[in-house]
Amino acid sequence: MRSRWQRFKESYFLFSFLRDPVAVTSFIILAILVIGSFGAPLIAPHDPYNPTTIDIMDSELPPAWSAEGTSKFLLGTDNMGRDMFSTMLYGMRISIIIGVGAVALQAFLGIIIGLLSGYIKRLDTILMRIADVQLSFSTYMIAIFIGAIFQTMFGVANYEKIAAPLLILIIGLAEWPQYARTVRASVLAERKKEYVEAARVIGLSKIRIMWRHILPNTLSPVLVISTVQVANAIMSEAALSFLGLGMPMTKPSLGSLITAGFEYIFSGSWWITIFPGVLLVLLILVINLLGDWIRDYLNPKLYKG
Amino acid sequence: MFAFTIKRIAQAILVMLIISLIGFSIKNAFGDPVRELVGERVTQEEREQIRDRLGLNDPFMIQYGRFLRDALHGDLGRSFFFKKPVTEVIISKAPATLELVFCAALIVILLSVPLGIYSAIHPRRLFSKIVMGVSIVGVSMPVFLTAILLIYIFSVELHWLPSFGRGETVRLFGWWDSGLVTWDGLKHLVMPSIALSSIMLPLFIRLIRSEMMEVLESEYVKYAWAKGIKPWRVWWVHAFKNTLLPVITVGGVQLGIMVAFTILTETVFQWQGMGSMFIESVERADTALMVSYIVVVGFIFVVVNTIVDLIYGLVNPTVRVAGRK
Amino acid sequence: MEKLLEIKNLDVDFALREKTLHAVRNVSLSINKGERLGIVGESGAGKSVLGFSIINLISKPGKITGGEIIFDGHDISKYSYEKMRKVRGDKISMIFQDPMMTLNPVLTIGTQMMETVKAHMDVSDKEAEAICLDKLNKVYIPSPEKRLKQYPHEFSGGMRQRIVIAISLLTSPNLIIADEPTTALDVTIQAEIMDLLLELCETENMGLILITHDLAVVSEVTQRIAVLYAGRVVEIGSAEQIITNPQHPYTQGLIKALPQMAGGEKRLNQIPGMMPSLFAMPSGCPFRPRCEICLEKCSKEVPTLTELANGTQVACFMREGGE
Repeated sequence: MRSRWQRFKESYFLFSFLRDPVAVTSFIILAILVIGSFGAPLIAPHDPYNPTTIDIMDSELPPAWSAEGTSKFLLGTDNMGRDMFSTMLYGMRISIIIGVGAVALQAFLGIIIGLLSGYIKRLDTILMRIADVQLSFSTYMIAIFIGAIFQTMFGVANYEKIAAPLLILIIGLAEWPQYARTVRASVLAERKKEYVEAARVIGLSKIRIMWRHILPNTLSPVLVISTVQVANAIMSEAALSFLGLGMPMTKPSLGSLITAGFEYIFSGSWWITIFPGVLLVLLILVINLLGDWIRDYLNPKLYKG
Repeated sequence: MFAFTIKRIAQAILVMLIISLIGFSIKNAFGDPVRELVGERVTQEEREQIRDRLGLNDPFMIQYGRFLRDALHGDLGRSFFFKKPVTEVIISKAPATLELVFCAALIVILLSVPLGIYSAIHPRRLFSKIVMGVSIVGVSMPVFLTAILLIYIFSVELHWLPSFGRGETVRLFGWWDSGLVTWDGLKHLVMPSIALSSIMLPLFIRLIRSEMMEVLESEYVKYAWAKGIKPWRVWWVHAFKNTLLPVITVGGVQLGIMVAFTILTETVFQWQGMGSMFIESVERADTALMVSYIVVVGFIFVVVNTIVDLIYGLVNPTVRVAGRK
Repeated sequence: MEKLLEIKNLDVDFALREKTLHAVRNVSLSINKGERLGIVGESGAGKSVLGFSIINLISKPGKITGGEIIFDGHDISKYSYEKMRKVRGDKISMIFQDPMMTLNPVLTIGTQMMETVKAHMDVSDKEAEAICLDKLNKVYIPSPEKRLKQYPHEFSGGMRQRIVIAISLLTSPNLIIADEPTTALDVTIQAEIMDLLLELCETENMGLILITHDLAVVSEVTQRIAVLYAGRVVEIGSAEQIITNPQHPYTQGLIKALPQMAGGEKRLNQIPGMMPSLFAMPSGCPFRPRCEICLEKCSKEVPTLTELANGTQVACFMREGGE
């Protein structure tokens, strides 16, 4: 009996993964980014959250390789005097946490609603109508609206205090329809299959059928959209932060950093915006590329972009 | 078909009502119409009198009814910040956004169709691979980042294009301030339109390409080849026509993303359109304006989606499905 | 008898990432003017690929990798794209299996017919329309003028296939290749369509290559039959000989498996085993694993077609002594 690890090593999954240079490179880059951001407390040369270590006199210093830069601040400093490199690492960590958290919420909501919807006819029409309307508004729009409403409700100061979990909530609420629809489609397709009939004939309860039989089969499409959804969630968070509805300047995500740095490109301090920008694009890009690879692997015939 | 139309319109109206209800509830809960009318310097007593007079102490449903009635007459309340009726503010800002959306849409259509078709017919050529590669980078770049990058390269470094505002505008038809008819206005339109199209363009290219590739594999296209029809005709008349329908239906829905992105783009370029107006209203806690934007935008979405659904229903779905492998 | 089409040692390969599949191997057959040839085989035997290769329309990544296809004195397998396009639909027409999938759902019948005429013949629109109406009449479609304006989904399956046949007649081709033309139709319609094809071939003096898995159909319509197995021709002969006196063990198995041959028994006679997949072809004769007779030679070499006394060609070491 081969162990799980052995079976994985010999699997076709690993085989075709290793043969695709794009997938491998993306994975390596993503691994570096994730380890870097979560290892920020260990790696980052400075602590951007500790006000005592930050000197406003240090602000707007260019990267180390240019004339006025110092090796103390590798990528320069931002307008408040924080080290770019460290702040970016912490910021990326926040972006990733919010992205993954939001997707976990969406998936949780979406799968439950999708299962219920696929199985109980009466709920189906209502739930799917809501999903359709929400989807047609586009999730960015919904996220922005909900963010705006929450900020009006809580006031700016309170909003900033609970920004991170609130963002997870907002993006999670905005994007559940995608999951619900996917799961529902799977459920409807599986219901027609014979093994479900067989299970019903044996007398298994509806819930048991849903859980043990149908759910595992819906996981494949859920996995396919999950990677793209993480990329989307990170983008949504960046957009919300850019509009001032996201992470505050004291605990910035990559999006808030970009916002803060924007006005400074006119005065020449381009690095405050460009570096976090490049990092953000890189992060989203590798997630998208991996997502594309997973989708092609699981559905070789499906070209749909 | 008739029943379908009626059902669809009824649903649309229902959604509109729900949106307006949500909007009104928010306005009611957080907005302060008294402040919007008379500002801050009034005594508590006078406030109460004004509240009574405005009917603000009436039951919720009655106020909602009044809100609806006023809305249907074009009165959405008063903006606290601008000290003007909301409708007036929105209308004054609308042309800016509409022109921007128009230009971006133009770019998307003019580029995505040829690029999408080309990369579907010749998927292995270097050019197609480059197009797809650039597309995926485009999709990974948030719109505001593209905007910032454009500004940095073309304004700050190269000084070719202006970085904010609409430039010179000309008043057409008595109220529409257009930037399309002046050279300066056009220069100001270039970067924002490119930025706005930057997410839609890759999406459409990929969509057209994948639909086209699927159609090219269908039996009826193979049959057209077998009949010896010239390649151009096979690609245009047989393949593209069948690609168009799903593209239109999906494209219509992308409008939502487009409008959301105008908010972001306008903020970066300080473009005085409806998008930046919305963000400013949030910052200023100008609830009337903020809610009205949500309601108006919601209305536009519902209308567009209903029209798209109706068009979809018109072209017989069974016709559409047959012929695909 | 003039030779219409001659296929010599044709090889068609599919170049996949991991290996190359040999879908058609060393196939040689010919068809005379006005003759009707049936190509019979199971699914996956390569008959459709063979049919498509005649007009060089094999789905990628398939390619003709060897042999010749002589038509009208030229090897059309080597034709340039434009030259081949002129042959397709003009001198050689093809009928596909499912008319619901073959006719473009968003174009009218008229458009789809006219474009075929205009693609190959230099005639005015009026003349083209006249030709279309004429052919619609030939396939017995009533009120043809009205039909030109209608869409495929407005017709029944049988009518659609008649229209497809009409389209194939438009340019008065020398050869029609029909790939499973009745498989997608109701049984009652099948007979009608086959009768129609038969009639048209006789009156218009066209050659017909009928590709099918249905032995019963092929025995009634064709004059000669070629049996395909795992991409190779294992037997060719006159229809009568093949049906009544099959020589190759596979053909014998096929004939015995017909319901009529079950002779009142409750079970049908099956050939044990399955046709090998292209991924796992046995060495030597491809039929060896299922054959009751197995000489030593059979597992080492691949038998080629040899002619027997009665004119049938067979690829089997057992029969090579002649009979």
